[in-house]
Amino acid sequence: MSIDALSGTARSTARDAAPAAPSRLATALRGTGHALGRSLDWRPWASFGALLLLWFAAHHFGWVERKYLPSPLDVVHRLVVEVTQGTILFDLKETLRRNLAGLVIGVAAGLALGGLLGLSGRLGKIVGPTVLAQRQTALFAWVPLLSMWFGGADPGKIAFIAVAAFQPMVVNTWRGISLVPATYRELSDVLLFSRWTYFRLVAVPSALPMIFTGLHGALIYAWLATVGSELFLNIAPGLGGRLNEGSQLFEIDLLFLAIALFGLVGLAYNTLAERAEALLVRWHAR
Amino acid sequence: MTAPLASAPALAARHPALDIRNVNKTFLVQGRPIEALAGITLTVEAGAFVSVVGASGCGKSTLLRLILGLDRDYSGEIRLDDRLVDGPGADRAIVFQEHRLLPWLTVEANVGAALLHSGLDKPARRRAVAEHLELVGLEAFAKAYPAQLSGGMAQRVAIARALANRPRFLLLDEPLGALDALTRLRLQEELKRIVASEGATAILVTHDVDEAVYLGHRIVVLHPRPGRIAAVLNVPEVARRDRSSPQFVALRDQVLELLGVVHAPAERGVGAGAETTA
Repeated sequence: MSIDALSGTARSTARDAAPAAPSRLATALRGTGHALGRSLDWRPWASFGALLLLWFAAHHFGWVERKYLPSPLDVVHRLVVEVTQGTILFDLKETLRRNLAGLVIGVAAGLALGGLLGLSGRLGKIVGPTVLAQRQTALFAWVPLLSMWFGGADPGKIAFIAVAAFQPMVVNTWRGISLVPATYRELSDVLLFSRWTYFRLVAVPSALPMIFTGLHGALIYAWLATVGSELFLNIAPGLGGRLNEGSQLFEIDLLFLAIALFGLVGLAYNTLAERAEALLVRWHAR
Repeated sequence: MTAPLASAPALAARHPALDIRNVNKTFLVQGRPIEALAGITLTVEAGAFVSVVGASGCGKSTLLRLILGLDRDYSGEIRLDDRLVDGPGADRAIVFQEHRLLPWLTVEANVGAALLHSGLDKPARRRAVAEHLELVGLEAFAKAYPAQLSGGMAQRVAIARALANRPRFLLLDEPLGALDALTRLRLQEELKRIVASEGATAILVTHDVDEAVYLGHRIVVLHPRPGRIAAVLNVPEVARRDRSSPQFVALRDQVLELLGVVHAPAERGVGAGAETTA
């Protein structure tokens, strides 16, 4: 954190002094400072470590009945067994495949509709309220309907994940593109930009931070929906199926393992989104 | 009025380059009409540099927006080379008070953006960008991003962008107003040189009376509420060359007086910073 703040000052000083090279350097420094600060920062690990200790203790001293709480070592052991003899890697792959398929469909649809709504004020007025109302629907309320339309197998699951990804994507893209500052719109008029040039050079870059907010939300929602679809729709290979299996067969170590994997993938998605955003929206930290 | 035209050869057509006739502009503010411009009539010859001064709220920027064609809801006529203004066009370019560079584009891409719909092919566009960056002395910063530039440099890029398409008319909306005093003086110098070398007809809106006198061939003084022309003054060549010449000081004082700023008699010192009251 302190490294971050320090490089922040260096950056602004460099900017005031104007020459480009030092400023670029400062930007680069900021990047490394960030990464360095992250790997050295012990604080997030402290709470994680404490939780692990607590878990060990709870198991060891029998605070929780052992059939409800495996030892962390049991979970690691189960992982090894699953990887060498079981199907967990295949399940993970199936879950990720579903998730990515739904995510791509939902994000693409959200980008397209959001872009249209943002560009055409009239369309925004006509279709916008419906989109907003759709967003108010609790995500899981879609499950029964979608399973009727698309069935409980893969199409139904992917449709549900796509709906989940679509919602934050469409709203943020729409808002981002319709909130382009009036000064930039005026500039585009003066420079005789065509609609397409305006979209490409002004609207999209200006909306990029909001589009990324939408993408971030889409990743999280789609991941939630992936778990949900695998739990509530037909049983099929996938992490959600293993969760069901763990609870029904009372294999507590499997249950814990599947939860941990869900958490890890979610964490990876989140980190990925943040890194990508930081890279692509560099100029935005003016 | 003929003296400032020396640089511009007499055009075959006798029409002024810019012809504003009896322009009135009214805004609706909370349902009530507010007169922004009243009876503006002004002609500008090709190649002339006209400064428009006035207190804030006198409709200076509104006038530029009308000339640009951004706002066509007014009465009266604005003609450019005898054609009625009916929207923005390649013959006009503007430099705003804030540089308004797109932060996600490099300096050269920002300047090049003005040429995207010019009909020029890529090599020609690249050449025009390089030429105009050289004109403002920033060829070394072609690949830099706006955030890496100082305010003065960014404004110079904005000037290059405005000139890249070789517009007949260069509109300047307080382009140096947000800069520090030293940078402003330096850029006034540059602006004068650049506009002369490009042969553009320039209209500068400013509230800095020194700037108006130093840059303009003519000064249009506006009075506020509603914005109307109080006087049109010619600037003697000497005044345009030398900020401490008696002609410069006399003209500045005359403009300040027209603007209603308290005016002490002649023994007042030379070179005091001029600011109008709002």
